[in-house]
Amino acid sequence: MSGAGTFVRVDAAAVATPMAEAAASAATPSLLAVRGLKRYFGPSERPVRAVDDVSFDIRRGEALGLVGESGSGKSTIGRTVLKLLEPTAGQILYEGTDLAPLSTSAMRPYRRHLQIIFQDPYASLNPRRRVGDALSEALATHGLHPGAARSQRVAELLQLVGLAPDHARRYPHEFSGGQRQRIGIARALAVEPRFIVADEPVSALDVSIQAQVVNLLSDLRERFALTMLFISHDLDVVEYLCERIVVLYLGKIMEIAPASALYRSPLHPYTQALLAASPRPDPEARRPRRLLQGDIPSPVDPPSGCVFRTRCPHAQEACAAIVPPLREVATGRFKACLRDDL
Amino acid sequence: MSATDAATQAPPAPTRRRAASVIWRKLFGRRVVLVGALMLAIVAVAALFAPWLTPYDPTALRILDRLQSPRGAHWFGTDELGRDVFSRVIFGARYSLMIGALVVAISVTCGALLGLAAGYFRKLDGPIMRVVDALMSFPDILLAIALVAVLGASMTNVIIALSIVYTPRVARVVRASTLVVRELLFIEAAQALGVSTWRILLLHILPNIASPILVQATFIFAYAVLAEAGLSFLGVGVPPALPTWGTMIASGQQFAHQAIWLVVFPGFAIILSALSLQMVGDGLRDLLDPKLRKTL
Repeated sequence: MSGAGTFVRVDAAAVATPMAEAAASAATPSLLAVRGLKRYFGPSERPVRAVDDVSFDIRRGEALGLVGESGSGKSTIGRTVLKLLEPTAGQILYEGTDLAPLSTSAMRPYRRHLQIIFQDPYASLNPRRRVGDALSEALATHGLHPGAARSQRVAELLQLVGLAPDHARRYPHEFSGGQRQRIGIARALAVEPRFIVADEPVSALDVSIQAQVVNLLSDLRERFALTMLFISHDLDVVEYLCERIVVLYLGKIMEIAPASALYRSPLHPYTQALLAASPRPDPEARRPRRLLQGDIPSPVDPPSGCVFRTRCPHAQEACAAIVPPLREVATGRFKACLRDDL
Repeated sequence: MSATDAATQAPPAPTRRRAASVIWRKLFGRRVVLVGALMLAIVAVAALFAPWLTPYDPTALRILDRLQSPRGAHWFGTDELGRDVFSRVIFGARYSLMIGALVVAISVTCGALLGLAAGYFRKLDGPIMRVVDALMSFPDILLAIALVAVLGASMTNVIIALSIVYTPRVARVVRASTLVVRELLFIEAAQALGVSTWRILLLHILPNIASPILVQATFIFAYAVLAEAGLSFLGVGVPPALPTWGTMIASGQQFAHQAIWLVVFPGFAIILSALSLQMVGDGLRDLLDPKLRKTL
């Protein structure tokens, strides 16, 4: 879509985005600002455009939800922001410092501030290390609580997430999925981060345990004034936890809106379809169901113009020609759609 | 995972010791492994306590007693210089096992480092593995002969040569396992915490690929014992003065038609040790390979 993988912005979307975001972030200074982020995989002549020119801000103390179906680039954004994946292009401004060009060692001091909670609680803990060792390693890496204070701190962390101090001596296989996820949360919190990427932290858990872990995250967020990027395909969880929501489709942002407004009146046809497809517990609030046809197109060969046009019930000819810019259509509400009548 | 996931609810009591005893039972519950382990224990005891088990000095010459067949005074007979074959076979276990153990130690260490580097750092993968492939393209014994020929025949050089021969095998296995483990989430979690690359390699990846390395080590031990015997037999191994099983067969073969015991007993010792190592190695592999675990 834009020129050869650089900061040269050639299309309307990229021009409009920083301006719009600048206006949005004027009120509260943003902790993390993503500008023109791209992450391509595979050969450079035919790359998989997992994340394609994405810009957004996360305000201090805010929980920003990142939703979209499988393959929309949610997790890739989460990992690229933390430099677990190298960005192909773009900036990741953490308190004004661009993390994108930093080397592994230059990145290390920032790792204390930026943490991640993973989706799969079974794969995210080293099976050969005791829980206490995993937590002390996090502390040791950043020289926190040296000496005898360290085991004290490990016990504190375990209690913080609702586990017992003597669980430190056990191995991950001795815990249930929900307990493991709590350990993963304790590990992320061990270094007292300011910003946490929560990559579908509950979607691998039983429904009964999901609520416990969501509540735990919510409590901890309040207690430590954490800023969060919450990645999920579960719209209900996102609605519960997040103040603002970014809707992603095929590596591009479709809509950004405050959570309540987004659920009340989605503006982008994709968001409308996404909400229509999500099950609602209230039979009275029946919405006309507009289910999307077909599958998400290949990110190797995305559609011209608007990437959603191939599945959009409102697509027009212009949609194939013009890449719709992400523009502010109401206070705090942005959408990337050419049509104003939706 | 159950629906009653009260976070404070205590999981089952610590099971580490019990797990160890389960593994022990599974491993030695198989008769092949048990027999292999017992045979290996016999060889190891022979090696460790050789001076106390042997009735004669293995290098003492008694020309008058030369080429005596096995009987009361000399259980395994005597060789062409009147040396006691039983004592020499027992002391041979020392050299064979020592060479095997050192070859395993060196090749596993080097192979693990190379394999970890190749598996973890994409840029090193190509260069390291091409060298490994090149080394593996030679037949083992041929490469060992060539290396000893270059380095000179001595026990140290035999160990160096065999270590070079077997390092690529370890490197290959370690690389393959590293490629799998490094993609796991807990590695990413460690990276996200800023844990140093050395720590990730040695504390997070290495313990999780220990099983295939252990299995590989037992097989290399067996191959090294065999290869040392082969090299010594061919005259490019340890100097003939040292009583290794290979040198004993090499010097005994010219008298084999009149004194078969000169080759039978050291040959039997080689079979015993190599076979026992293979049997234990098979058992370990079956136990540690999750794909085969179900068939246990």
